[in-house]
Amino acid sequence: MRQVRLPQTLADLWSLLNKDPTALIFSGGTDLFVKMRADKVAASTMIGLERLAALRDIREDNGDIRIGACATHENILRHPLIAAHLPVLVQALRTLGSPPIRTMGTIGGNICTASPAGDTLPPLYVLRAEVEIASSKGSRSVPIPDFIAGPGQIRLAAGEIVTGVRVKKPAEFNLHHFEKVGQRKSMSCAVAGMAALLRVTPSGAIEACRLAWGSVGPTVMTDAGIENFLTGKILSPDTLSAAARQVTRMVMPIDDVRATADYRRTVSGNLLLRLSGMENPTIELKRQSPSEGM
Amino acid sequence: MNIRFTLNGKAMDLDAAADRRVVDLLREDLGLTGAKEGCGAGECGTCSILVDGEHRLSCLMIAAQLSGRDVVTIEGLSEKDRLHPLQESFIRHGAVQCGFCTPGMIIGAAALLKRNPQPSREEIREGLAGNLCRCTGYQKIVDAVEAALLPEEKL
Ligand SMILES: Cc1cc2nc3c(=O)[nH]c(=O)nc-3n(C[C@H](O)[C@H](O)[C@H](O)COP(=O)(O)OP(=O)(O)OC[C@H]3O[C@@H](n4cnc5c(N)ncnc54)[C@H](O)[C@@H]3O)c2cc1C
Ligand code: FES
Ligand code: FES
Repeated sequence: MRQVRLPQTLADLWSLLNKDPTALIFSGGTDLFVKMRADKVAASTMIGLERLAALRDIREDNGDIRIGACATHENILRHPLIAAHLPVLVQALRTLGSPPIRTMGTIGGNICTASPAGDTLPPLYVLRAEVEIASSKGSRSVPIPDFIAGPGQIRLAAGEIVTGVRVKKPAEFNLHHFEKVGQRKSMSCAVAGMAALLRVTPSGAIEACRLAWGSVGPTVMTDAGIENFLTGKILSPDTLSAAARQVTRMVMPIDDVRATADYRRTVSGNLLLRLSGMENPTIELKRQSPSEGM
Repeated sequence: MNIRFTLNGKAMDLDAAADRRVVDLLREDLGLTGAKEGCGAGECGTCSILVDGEHRLSCLMIAAQLSGRDVVTIEGLSEKDRLHPLQESFIRHGAVQCGFCTPGMIIGAAALLKRNPQPSREEIREGLAGNLCRCTGYQKIVDAVEAALLPEEKL
């Protein structure tokens, strides 16, 4: 039997972690408890972060948006600040898991699991999110691409936890888009997914763009060359097709049970083509269609 | 570890291993077999329970997490001898075949109606996307939830 501690204050958390820096941290448990069932985890003490109110809040901070690590996907989806400023994240969260998974799972857990298919990650990359980290000794923050080292690998020292994630309001972008392709709509692990932030003029010129793909490489894939190629061009099927060809060469997918690498390359490029026809952008949220699996 | 919480309206005070899965605690220690273990991995929803009114999966929770919470299982959804309107509606619309998914479906639907008291058909489908049924088919289940919203079906 393992010991389970659910500290209510950060001071209690730090003292528990000082006593046992190798204690197993969990938030919603939706990744960890599945792994534990498959018996891949050994630890004598578990520390749950669910009762730390300080890690749950979502707020404006010096003009930035700060989301606590233990905010659940459902908390984030329902927050007016997120709806108003981060539609790209809302669109991604709508595709994540199922209602109970969104009620239990947290953004901190999604980041720390560092799955190539983690659905919050492509939006957080295009939002240039900073991951906030703390320990009893202090705090630091790192850009998300520097925090995630590889599939399931994060740069977190013993005794440290992720306390939240911070993004600047992407006021300069008027088009937010996220799409994930999977074998069914709910609870599917993505075959490929793409997050996009663009600034498009009324005449259709792309003035700025950021793009990120999930599930098609060891971590989220981005490419400044492709972003530069698109910047200054008209958002047209021709431009997008030319960029999509570059995307199929840039991504580094693998074959697995869900799809072949070739298929993933093609889908990664095609996801970009979806931006065609979005010349009259709005940052209003688009509804996702209902679950096909039902 | 000593764990105090409310279960179906009753104050509980029990000793359990802190890392015991809640689905095992409910079924094996407390004899509440309504919540079922289908997949044990968060995918099927048969183990659904309400924790502080929210839809959670008892296969992905451990006993320590119950401390101080208000837990409702399918056994606690009806009031005395009166079935919950969703239970009535599931019976009336033939939304039950083998019944394995039914407790989870009804808990999931109850949580949905709490979040959104007037869901569209599409929203009902989305709301139950984490609950799998392998025999009735989803039409009748969605019909039953939809009908539970209609005043004449309300008991
Ligand atoms: C049925 C099912 C469907 C799913 N579908 C999707 C999906 O569509 N898309 C998707 O992206 N994911 C999906 N997931 C995965 C999972 O739900 C998400 O990754 C979720 O966000 C994990 O959050 P959590 O709080 O439950 O993490 P936990 O399981 O609590 O933790 C995950 C890992 O992160 C560590 N950790 C957690 N919080 C912190 C912290 N604050 N600081 C340091 N380390 C921490 C833990 O030690 C553990 O290693 C699914 C899972 C299940 C079971
Ligand atoms: S048994 Fe819990 S979701 Fe399947
Ligand atoms: S009634 Fe048999 S699984 Fe749904």
